Amino acid sequence: MDIKEIYNILKLAFEEGIGEPVTDKPVDPYMIIDAKNINAVCLFLRDEERLQFDYLNCLSGVDYDKDNLAVVYHLSSFALNHKLVLKTMVPKTDPNVPTVSDVWAAADWHEREAYDLIGVIFENHPDLRRILCPEDWEGHSLRKDYKVPEFYNGMKVPY
Amino acid sequence: MAEIRTEDMVLNMGPQHPSTHGVLRLQLTLEGEIVIDVKPYIGYLHRCFEKHSEAMTYPQVIPYADRMDYVNAMSNELSYVIAVEKLMGIEVPERVEYIRVIMSELQRLASHLLAIGTYGNDAGAFTPFLYCMATRERVLELFEITCGARLLYNYFWVGGLSHDIPVNFQKKVKEFVEFFKPKVSELNNLLSFNKIFIERTANIGILPADYAINAGAAGPVLRGSGIKFDLRKNDPYSIYPKFDFDIPVGQGLKGTVGDNWDRYMVRIHEMEESIKIIEQAIDNIPEGDVQSQIPKRVKPPVGEVYARTETPKGELGYYIISDGSLNPYRVKARSPSFCNLSLIRALSKGYMIADVVMTLGSLDIVLGCIDR
Repeated sequence: MDIKEIYNILKLAFEEGIGEPVTDKPVDPYMIIDAKNINAVCLFLRDEERLQFDYLNCLSGVDYDKDNLAVVYHLSSFALNHKLVLKTMVPKTDPNVPTVSDVWAAADWHEREAYDLIGVIFENHPDLRRILCPEDWEGHSLRKDYKVPEFYNGMKVPY
Repeated sequence: MAEIRTEDMVLNMGPQHPSTHGVLRLQLTLEGEIVIDVKPYIGYLHRCFEKHSEAMTYPQVIPYADRMDYVNAMSNELSYVIAVEKLMGIEVPERVEYIRVIMSELQRLASHLLAIGTYGNDAGAFTPFLYCMATRERVLELFEITCGARLLYNYFWVGGLSHDIPVNFQKKVKEFVEFFKPKVSELNNLLSFNKIFIERTANIGILPADYAINAGAAGPVLRGSGIKFDLRKNDPYSIYPKFDFDIPVGQGLKGTVGDNWDRYMVRIHEMEESIKIIEQAIDNIPEGDVQSQIPKRVKPPVGEVYARTETPKGELGYYIISDGSLNPYRVKARSPSFCNLSLIRALSKGYMIADVVMTLGSLDIVLGCIDR
């Protein structure tokens, strides 16, 4: 099923918050979903008979532009063998996105990673801690404006 | 008799522990010898791969990709170069595709041999480990005559290869295939059907198929649960559709479908399938130039791509965003070991503490790939 058909199904099920598919860029087309809707949309995508997106391939946090962070969801379906890319944008001043770890258990660690490196806060996540950096690390290192701290716990950070 | 209340004990396994296969810390909560909770702590090998990539040009990322899963560098490179090629719309020559497939399958043998050998070692069988390492050495020699490096190759480049295969490569690979064929049954006799080994692995760490999908399991871990899914067949890339091979799945021969033994056995069977692919490919490498398509300046257009390949450990995907400059705007690696390790909690609960080691080994993790 291609992204246009999926978009039409979603449009019928949800009144608002579903963006038009973006297909003009090279390679993967995607849809932008409102952050407040993301959990409901994902649950719908997983359980709807015609879609059955049962597998979360990848969840990435992105420092999208000057004011926004993005979370990108790559989904696929074992049963129907189709793929989908979703994006959601949140402002850097209020980077709250509802978790999808109750929809796919795979999202648990991916969301922790996005929180650790990009600083997206996943609401209702069962265990939102840093995963790759130490627990007392400051800042989110994959932000474009991130400055490497000079000292960490009194130790000089080389380079 | 009244029930006696006992204190739970918290025990740290790792970060320096021989059977965690690297620097991984598992915080076990124990009730006597029964595991009631496992909390993994990772990140000890975090080398900022994704942050580094943003400061590098596209070809400069390839050596970093090598160092993610350091026993499986060819497959890491393949996934990355396929992603960049997809972004730029480059078609690589058929000769390159053939060599890439042969190298990836040889790498799969090397990676599985290491996984199987160390798994036997975890169970207390030291001999199979030495046999596996000796066989793996032969694969590394093939890589060495090709590109000079034994572990980290920087061999696949965007649009081609760093250089061609040596003249006697095909002969050497054929010799290796003949050398390798009896090794599988040798391993089966040594380890797979050993009574003690079966007792240690069968019916332990059972992963049900529906949870495997939901939790993002990949590769042999997914197939061990009886799901016939392999990206080489289900979402083909490169020239894999040309070859005839099977996808082995776990069948629960010695216990339940999706137990440790099944995951182990999938790897054994996959080695046989890899040999089949190499045999079909090695005589058909077309003539041609392996560098003709390599662009002078790798500068993809604005856009984004997610490319995934089946590495020995499972689905390795690169999500690359290009802003049209010489450096990638964002590189995210979806590593198979990362997703597989997150299963450890569900797989170990309720089993004995000694079984944690066996379950962890059956996931075949490499910490370089998890921490990036």
